Amino acid sequence: MKVDKDLIAHVAELARLDLSDEEIEKFTPQLKEILEHFSKLDEVDVKDVKPSFQPIELRNRLRDDKKEPCLTQDKALLNTKHKKDGYFLGPSAV
Amino acid sequence: MKIKEFVSKVKKGEIDVFENTKKVLASLKDIDKEHFYMMHICEDLALDQAKKIKNKPVGRLAGVPVTLKDCICVKGVPSTSGSKILSGYKPTFNATAVQKLIDEGAIIIGKTSQDEFGFGALNTNTGIGIKAPLHPLDKTRVCGGSSGGSAGITKKADFVHVSLAESTGGSIVCPASFCGVVGFCPTYGRVSRYGLIDYGSSLDKIGTMALTVEDAALVLEIISGYDENESTSSDKRVEPFSEYVDTDLKNLKVGLIMDGFGDGVDEPIKKAVQKVIDSLKKNKVKIEEVNLPLTSKYSLSCYYLLAMTEASTNLAKYCGIRYGATTDLKGSFNEFFSKVRSQNMGDEAKRRIIIGTFARMAGHRDAYYLRSTKIRTKIIEEYKRLFKKYDVLISPTMPIVAPKFDDVKKLSPLQNFMMDILIAGPNLAGMPHITLDVADERSLPIGLLIIADHFNESKLVKVASNIEKIVGR
Repeated sequence: MKVDKDLIAHVAELARLDLSDEEIEKFTPQLKEILEHFSKLDEVDVKDVKPSFQPIELRNRLRDDKKEPCLTQDKALLNTKHKKDGYFLGPSAV
Repeated sequence: MKIKEFVSKVKKGEIDVFENTKKVLASLKDIDKEHFYMMHICEDLALDQAKKIKNKPVGRLAGVPVTLKDCICVKGVPSTSGSKILSGYKPTFNATAVQKLIDEGAIIIGKTSQDEFGFGALNTNTGIGIKAPLHPLDKTRVCGGSSGGSAGITKKADFVHVSLAESTGGSIVCPASFCGVVGFCPTYGRVSRYGLIDYGSSLDKIGTMALTVEDAALVLEIISGYDENESTSSDKRVEPFSEYVDTDLKNLKVGLIMDGFGDGVDEPIKKAVQKVIDSLKKNKVKIEEVNLPLTSKYSLSCYYLLAMTEASTNLAKYCGIRYGATTDLKGSFNEFFSKVRSQNMGDEAKRRIIIGTFARMAGHRDAYYLRSTKIRTKIIEEYKRLFKKYDVLISPTMPIVAPKFDDVKKLSPLQNFMMDILIAGPNLAGMPHITLDVADERSLPIGLLIIADHFNESKLVKVASNIEKIVGR
C-alpha cells in the first residue's frame, strides 16, 4: 500500500474532513510512519482464531418491550441553534 | 484525611459541608489559575448539592468533593471531552456513574482537562484553544494523559477529593503514574459507559483517581454494577473492594513481567519497582519472573488500530447539527459537515479519524481491523494463561518519569504512542489494573502497575494497599 498525499486526501474526504495543503503535507509522513509500524501485525498467525470484538464475553441482553418515557422533543432540541417548528434544520440535501 | 473519616465527621456534624465546599471551590479556582486542570468549575451546582447534604448528610460520599474527566456527562454542565467541536454542549442527563455518586451524597465540583477525546498519552493534544495542564510538582513537565487534569488536581488539591477518570488505552494509569496518585482502572464492563462520551467503545472504561488505594477502591465500588441503559455493562457481583485494604497477602502468587524491565525503561524506574519486589519477597510473597511475548510485541499496534477504527466511527456524529460547534447553514450536506469538523477538531483527532477510516475501507477491513480483533483474542489468552498460575502481575507503569514540555515537542506522533508500551496490553485485554507511586519522596513520581484477571479488582486492592504500606504512603 502506497501511502501518499493522494491517499490521505481521499481518506480525509471520505471522513468529511477538509484538509489544507499544509495539513496534507504534515500528516502524510506521520501517517505513513504509523501505518508502517502497524504492518508488523501481519507477522501474527491468526488462522482459526476467533475475533474479540470486546475483551469480555457478552450475551445478547434485551430489555422488556414496554412503554417508557423517552427524550422529549424540547430536550432533544435544547443543544442546537438550527431548529424550526420542533424540527432540526440542516443544510440543503439537494 | 481519607474519605471514610471525612464522611464520618460530616455525619457527626464536625464538618460543615456548605462551608467546606465554599473553601474547596475557592482553592480549586486558585490552583486552576496556575495549572489549568479544569475545563469547567460548577460552582452553583456544587453549592446547591452542598446545601442539601448539609441539611441531610446521608450516603457513603456525603459532602465529598468530586471532579470528573470532561468526557463524563453531567446534566446541565458543559461536557466537551476536551474538544472545541462539543463547545456549548450541555447534556440533558447524568452519566450513570455520576448519578451513583450524587445518590451517595458526593458534591460535583467540576470537569477536568484531558487530551481531546482522550487522544494522547501526555495531555498535550488538548483541543483547539485549550491550555495543557501543568505537572503538580514541576510546571515545566506534563501531567500525562489523557486524564491529565484529574491526576493533576488529585495530587495538588489541599482538600479531601477524588476524581473520576477514563481509560481507553492507559489514560488513567499513565497520568496517575506521572503525577504520583493512585489510578484504578476496572475490568471492561464493570462500570457503565452510559453518559461517557465515547472514544473506542470496546475499550473505554471509567475508573478512579485518589491519594490512597482505599479511597480509589471505595469510589470504584460505588460506581460499579450493571446498568440496563448500557448493554456491555456486566451483571457480575460487585464486591466491597475497599474492604480488601490491608488484607493478608498469604498464599499470594505474583508474576513479575520482565518485558517491563527492558532497555526502553529508565533505570531509576526499574530500581524503584525492584525495591518493592524485594520487600514483598521478604514478606514471604511468592514472586516469579514471567514474560508476555505477544503482548509486549503487538499490543500497542493492535490497541491503536482498534481504538482509531472505533474512534473514526464514534466521531462521525459530530457534524454541527444537533449539538456542539456549528456554523451557518450554507452549502451542501458534505460541505457543511466537512467545514464544521475541519474547523473544530485538532490535529490528533484528524490523524486518528483518517487512520481509522483507512482501516475500515473496503479492501482494508480484514487486513487491519478484523486481524486486530483476532490478535486481541490471542493476547487475552496469553494473560489468561498466566492468571491460572498467578494472582496478579506487576511491572513498571511508564517507561519514564513525567517528561518536560520541551522534550515532548520533539516527539513524532508514533513516538507519542510508544509511551503506552507497558499499559496498552491490559487495556486491550480489558483486565483491571491499578498504579501507585513507589518513588523515593525526593524524586519525581514512579508508578508501579498491578494487573489482575477480569473482575478481580479485589486482588488489586489487597496487593496495592500492602505496597502502599511498604513504601510508606
